[in-house]
Amino acid sequence: MRPPRIPFGSPVQLLLLAASFPLAAYAGVRLLADDWFGVALWIVGAALLHDLVLLPLYAAADRALAAGLGAVGRRGLTMYVRVPAALSGLLLLVWFPLISGTADRRYRLATGLPPEGFAARWLLITALLFGGSALLLAVRSATGRPRRATKRRPPAVH
Amino acid sequence: MSPRFWRSPLRGPWFTSVLGLVLLVGITVLFVTGLVSYAAYNPDLSPVNDKTPDKGILGFYLFAWPTHPHWLYRLDQGVHVTLGITLIPVLLAKLWSVVPRLFALPPARSLTHALERISLLLLVGGGLFEFVTGVLNVQLDYVFPGSFYPLHFYGAWVFFAAFVAHALLKTPMALRTLRRLREEKNDLVPPRPAEPTVSRRGALWFVGGGSLLLFLTTVGQNADSLRRTALLAPHGGADPGSGPNGFQINKTAAYAGIDEAETDADAWRLVVTGRTGTVRLSRAQLAELPLYSSALPIACVEGWSTSDQWWRGVRLRDLAALVGYDGDPPDLFVESLQRHGAFRRAALRANQAADPRSLLALYVNGEDLSPDHGYPARVIVPAAPGVLNTKWVARLTFGDL
Repeated sequence: MRPPRIPFGSPVQLLLLAASFPLAAYAGVRLLADDWFGVALWIVGAALLHDLVLLPLYAAADRALAAGLGAVGRRGLTMYVRVPAALSGLLLLVWFPLISGTADRRYRLATGLPPEGFAARWLLITALLFGGSALLLAVRSATGRPRRATKRRPPAVH
Repeated sequence: MSPRFWRSPLRGPWFTSVLGLVLLVGITVLFVTGLVSYAAYNPDLSPVNDKTPDKGILGFYLFAWPTHPHWLYRLDQGVHVTLGITLIPVLLAKLWSVVPRLFALPPARSLTHALERISLLLLVGGGLFEFVTGVLNVQLDYVFPGSFYPLHFYGAWVFFAAFVAHALLKTPMALRTLRRLREEKNDLVPPRPAEPTVSRRGALWFVGGGSLLLFLTTVGQNADSLRRTALLAPHGGADPGSGPNGFQINKTAAYAGIDEAETDADAWRLVVTGRTGTVRLSRAQLAELPLYSSALPIACVEGWSTSDQWWRGVRLRDLAALVGYDGDPPDLFVESLQRHGAFRRAALRANQAADPRSLLALYVNGEDLSPDHGYPARVIVPAAPGVLNTKWVARLTFGDL
């Protein structure tokens, strides 16, 4: 009786990966030379934090938003909340050190610039984003233009 | 996790292909501008310029960094950082679009598939590592495990190795998906989609809007006239001061540990060493040498820059001539008074020392340099990264390195 064969997969892909791994290893040895545990933790941790924490969090928030608006029969309004909330969250994610002030002493000392303004500016931008969204909704409601948020047919063809 | 768990009607080959092709172009530009920026430090010139001495073949492409055009580094690094920040929403959306595959069962369908998944860890983990270290570094939040230069440089190669394999494998399929108008059909299309709240095209505008917002609140930190539009960027908003010396500062005198007693007119002497010996010059003596002007920017690795400032001082090649290199300045080793900083000693190549616009500046915009801009004297070289424009210069040593 022969042992079960392990499927091999695409030979082209296998060769590509065989070319990729040695280069990654060559650079990886150097990347890990100083603090291998810390760096490996950051790389694996970045992937895990994104895939298992950040993404589920914002996806769950989005589902809750759509479901909540759906429950009151206003599912068509989802984008009016989703867009400003996501854009504000994006700015917070990217500029978190400046907005939260985690490095504000170094920032002030190094650049000679005041570190205090970032949180206020982020809040103002957030207010503008939601305000703009509200204004757009009001204009669209007043002009009676139908909200074209939902298409029945799956948008397969573009 | 059952495929029925994934509900978004946006997922499918079209959405993923568009985002993938944007990243293909964008990340290639990021990689190339990053490598060019690395070459701008002339790491093969001297150990003091080289934060990655073990690079081996990864430095295969290095070349003598030119001084023309004078905005070369400003453009290259400005594109690198601004584009990197702009691509963050695209990266996040791309990862979101393919997340069901992370949980697909069986975990490996074949030997190749098992290896591909390891490669994807390098792609996703390595990619996020590059974006995160870059974004933290420009905000001076040095929490990553080690020095930025080696981490970001070697990390880029690990990421790029996985990226090239992934791109070669997937790009043909992505192009086919976009060229042909076919039915959306692959493992990403949810079997039980939720009622859509936005079209695929609308979702793409949404991602593009996120990129546009980041771009518009960042790009202004690359020009003095636009700086106030860069609302959240580290060198956006107002300038640190007013007047001739009011422009952006990389590291202040206080941060660099400059002691005022050392820069005092009585105490400070520039020491210039070369073929014929050593010359010591006070600032007053320097100011009596022939002075020249250059309009040059300060451009930082952190992806911000100033517009051209009007510098005035002694040409580096004239200083070389004082110590026996008349007309043919060699490489130059520059030492600063500063106590801290990875580049308190820096090397410039002969072509940089020879450029007639390369100065040991004493004045900027018609005034004495301020302490934060390098008083009593600083180097300013066209197209060189900011940190190689050494401030608070104490000693210049001409000679082959």
